Amino acid sequence: MSHHDQAAHGSVKSYLVGFVLSVVLTVIPFWLVMTGHLQTGPTVLTILILAVVQIAVHLKYFLHLTFRTEEGRINTLTFLFSALIIVLVVGLSVWIIYASNAMMMQ
Amino acid sequence: MATTVLNQSHAHDDGHHDSGGNTLFGFWIYLMTDCLLFASAFATYAVLFMNTAGGPSGQEIFELDYVLVETFALLFSSITYGFAMIAAQGQKRSATQLWLGLTFVLGAIFIGMEVNEFQHLIAEGFGPQRSAFLTAFFSLVGMHGLHVTAGLVWMLVLMVEVSKRGLGVRTCTRLGCLSLFWHFLDIVWICVFTVVYLMGSVQ
Repeated sequence: MSHHDQAAHGSVKSYLVGFVLSVVLTVIPFWLVMTGHLQTGPTVLTILILAVVQIAVHLKYFLHLTFRTEEGRINTLTFLFSALIIVLVVGLSVWIIYASNAMMMQ
Repeated sequence: MATTVLNQSHAHDDGHHDSGGNTLFGFWIYLMTDCLLFASAFATYAVLFMNTAGGPSGQEIFELDYVLVETFALLFSSITYGFAMIAAQGQKRSATQLWLGLTFVLGAIFIGMEVNEFQHLIAEGFGPQRSAFLTAFFSLVGMHGLHVTAGLVWMLVLMVEVSKRGLGVRTCTRLGCLSLFWHFLDIVWICVFTVVYLMGSVQ
């Protein structure tokens, strides 16, 4: 029971691991943008990838999403479904508006 | 047959962990719908952010070192809330209160800094009415701020509950819901600082 609880709610160690990863993944993109180390394209690409990785870290270590327990599995599947909808809503809106903007500018 | 069903449902009533699990799952579903709300605000921002109407662009008004401090306040509050949850599971009442209090202070620092940033922008004439970009900016960042404020109020209520009733099953379930809410807001903030502040400041 206590072992199950630990897996479901995390331990001090897992919170610390998540926190350290999160700090690293926050500092790198800020450093990149503040120093202007890379050019615009690579910078934007890098900070977007790092944001996705950081979100995954938070989901795993702070929100305890997992495929191992039944409770974790159903939460994870719900999240993945929402993520799909979000990608559609944001991605397609931006695509449609930018495309129509480009067409009107011609 | 009927007896087994009855027994099963009875067992479920006794299984506090299970009823708490249902509550947490329901709250998780709510958070997913909240995600969609934020997604539409992000889509709006992505569409409007170039329409500055002669006003300032993001690059001119964002101060990244300030935002970095805000981000760290929120990150630290995430881990202190995690420690509060661990203390609550161990039935350590005063430790739970201590970590919750610390989380509250860090959240309040974040909100204070955000209000201060908004106040400066409005004082300079860069309020939400200035341009479509600023409207989208204030709506998106302000919506996250309102969520955090709601989380702070909720945290105060739970601190009172823990001090009056201790760490019963129901209180722990509520703490678990706030945990989901708090960490979820952290994830939204990752998107905010990446999309709004960092991408807005890239040369």
